[in-house]
Amino acid sequence: MGLKRNTWLALGALVVAGATLAVVAGGGIGQNLVYYWTPAEMLAQGSKAYGATIRLGGLVKPGSISWDARHTELSFRVATDMSPDAPSVLVKARETPPQMFREGIGVVVEGTFDRSQVFTSNRLMVKHSNEYRPPRPGEGDHWKETLSKESAPSARAK
Amino acid sequence: MRGTVGYAFVLGALLAAVFGAVVGIEGGLRRRAGTRAWVERATSAFFLCMLGANLTMVWALVAHDFSVHYVSQVGSRATPLVYTVVSLWSALEGSILFWGVILGVYLFAFMRAQASRPDRAVQLAQGAMLAAATFFAFLIAGPANPFGAVVPVPPDGPGPNPLLQNHILMVIHPPMLYSGYVGMTVPFGIAVAALLDGRLGEAWLTTLRRWTLLAWTFLTVGIILGSWWAYAVLGWGGYWAWDPVENASFLPWLTATAFLHSTMVQERRRILKLWTLSLALGSFALTVLGTFMTRSGIFNSVHSFTQSDIGPTFLVFLAVVVGVSIVLLAVRGPALAPEDALPGVASRETAILVNNLLFAALTFTVLLGTVFPLLREAFSGVRVSVGAPYFNRMAVPLGIAILFLMGVGPSLPWGRADRGVWRRQFLLPAGVGAAVLVACLAAGLRGAGPLTIFALAGFVGTVTLRELLVPAWARMREKGERPWTSFLRSTARARRRTGGYLVHLAMILVFVAIAASSAYVEHTTGTLGAGDSLQLGAYTVRFLGLKEGTEPHRRWIAARVEVTTRAGARRTLEPRMNFYERSTDPVGSPAVASTAFEDLYLTLLAFGQDARGDTASFNVWTFPLVGWIWWSIPLFVLGALVAAWPQRRGLPALGQERAADPARGTA
Repeated sequence: MGLKRNTWLALGALVVAGATLAVVAGGGIGQNLVYYWTPAEMLAQGSKAYGATIRLGGLVKPGSISWDARHTELSFRVATDMSPDAPSVLVKARETPPQMFREGIGVVVEGTFDRSQVFTSNRLMVKHSNEYRPPRPGEGDHWKETLSKESAPSARAK
Repeated sequence: MRGTVGYAFVLGALLAAVFGAVVGIEGGLRRRAGTRAWVERATSAFFLCMLGANLTMVWALVAHDFSVHYVSQVGSRATPLVYTVVSLWSALEGSILFWGVILGVYLFAFMRAQASRPDRAVQLAQGAMLAAATFFAFLIAGPANPFGAVVPVPPDGPGPNPLLQNHILMVIHPPMLYSGYVGMTVPFGIAVAALLDGRLGEAWLTTLRRWTLLAWTFLTVGIILGSWWAYAVLGWGGYWAWDPVENASFLPWLTATAFLHSTMVQERRRILKLWTLSLALGSFALTVLGTFMTRSGIFNSVHSFTQSDIGPTFLVFLAVVVGVSIVLLAVRGPALAPEDALPGVASRETAILVNNLLFAALTFTVLLGTVFPLLREAFSGVRVSVGAPYFNRMAVPLGIAILFLMGVGPSLPWGRADRGVWRRQFLLPAGVGAAVLVACLAAGLRGAGPLTIFALAGFVGTVTLRELLVPAWARMREKGERPWTSFLRSTARARRRTGGYLVHLAMILVFVAIAASSAYVEHTTGTLGAGDSLQLGAYTVRFLGLKEGTEPHRRWIAARVEVTTRAGARRTLEPRMNFYERSTDPVGSPAVASTAFEDLYLTLLAFGQDARGDTASFNVWTFPLVGWIWWSIPLFVLGALVAAWPQRRGLPALGQERAADPARGTA
């Protein structure tokens, strides 16, 4: 009987440990989800979007870039698409813009959105597309243009 | 033409696999005499056909035969030869083809190694492995066919993904990882055979353990090289991001590691048989799941090359593997009844059991975090990912508990411990751990997580070294041998033990390196004009100017940077940005100045010119001890080699030892 009781005890302990693990893991996931939204989708969430970790994907709105190299302060607006009245969100980042960063380019910023309607980014990624592919006609010259140093964004911003 | 030849090889492999699987399992179950010879012929045929198909593909790649579908996708006349050859595994179809040849090598090697064993379990195992091979051959022949014809034949191709031709580690990391993944097929086959056969004897368990150890070693090296590659190429300033692809390789590693431990309890006590087999089966199922996640393009990453339609095929195969495993365990499991009970609570058996539960818990949490986004998107259509904080929060406590057990388990005896064990075995190591803690505090290090790990590393390191050296020391005193001789001889007598502890030492290095490099990382960023400098920790980073260059397949811009340490040592680094003609985005090459204790890691973010001359923006990091992660590889490999080295081909000078004690040290 003694052994049997031990077996039940061991099984019970396992079930409790397993359940605890599941609860802790489930809670951990709930608190650490990262949402993939466009500006329009994020704004549609209303106050639910505040505080959550968000990967905001969109295009850099032309004329919205401001870069202060001395204090490493970058701000720009991310728009859902290129139309002039597309919904857009103000993004602030404390990092140096990467080489390909420019007006109209696709970006993904990871960070949080707050009540003051500012998206604070702690990671900025420039994206042409989701997958690697050769340049399409017309866009293939970007890299040559980048190689001519005058057009690089860090130079223009100074 | 090459496409047709290659495809013929693939069809041949498919036929051989189907035939061998049917004859192997059916003939094995019905004990038909003479069928094994046919299974062996099928295995050889599968191996040769896969080898032929792969050589044909390499030939087509090197010859720039753009009429072959896969070559037109990844080939390019401008790509250097070495990257042309490795582009065999730089995209989806080729990597599965490469998978096929590795599987062929494993099946062939298993056949040769077991040739002299007239056991029907061998035939059943070969049948089960050929059944898995059928799936991969079908995948290559159908949904992921690399040999399709392209009409009209293009004059040139895009070349492989720039990220994958940016570093020489790309040549070695995928083959290592694949050898680890594919190697799990062999334990799967052996476990299936044990269940079908209803027996798991000593010899078969040894076979199972050795093949798992082989796959585990490749997987370990592959994972570490992968993190090294991420560190050296991707330039985001880290080596592990809990990316689904990384998790995919980590999950089978966890179950295989748990297996290598539980197998010791099974050997000693004849218990945990079903559990051990479940771990072997689970490791294979997790590699299939991992390959599905990596290759089907359901996650965006550097590894999910393009959207493809191999996903459903993989899911069906995964369902079959899991279903067959569960049914076999349920139906045939009772035949493998435990022959003993767990001894006292304070015993090595219990420590290993707890170790296994911790590994299972870690596997569960990582798996949950990895597949959660898929389930969420499938059921509610919301695109989410699970952030790294979740994984860290779950994995760090479990990892610390596992590290702690690495010190407790080896200190406890098999069977039942007496009361004195705490004083005899734990006092010294615990004292060393406490001393490490005090030393770290005195050195100004703070943070509960890293300090716990350093103190535990002191504790576990002492236990491990004691277990390694005490037998040698005893020999030295008894027989008056020289230290080195007695160390080698005591090693030769207990190879698996020694090998295991060498791997534990490597693991301690990795734990310490991860803790130090993630807790004490420092980062700064800035834009510099020529001659300006930037300070980080003990380093002064001075920007000297820009430099351009051209290679056949790319152009590059490098920032020349002079790094001065506080001690006055100078080095010039050149972080680069590469422009591949056929890629829209530049690909950075970070520059790293490594010392034994710290890496200075520099990436070029942007460059330009102003009135004063060149300008450049940098991200600068210092990572303490990070190099220890990759420097642990030789120790891992050495440990695995010591543990797995066949006894009969052992060190010739030690012949008498073996004869005197044949029971010990058979790996």
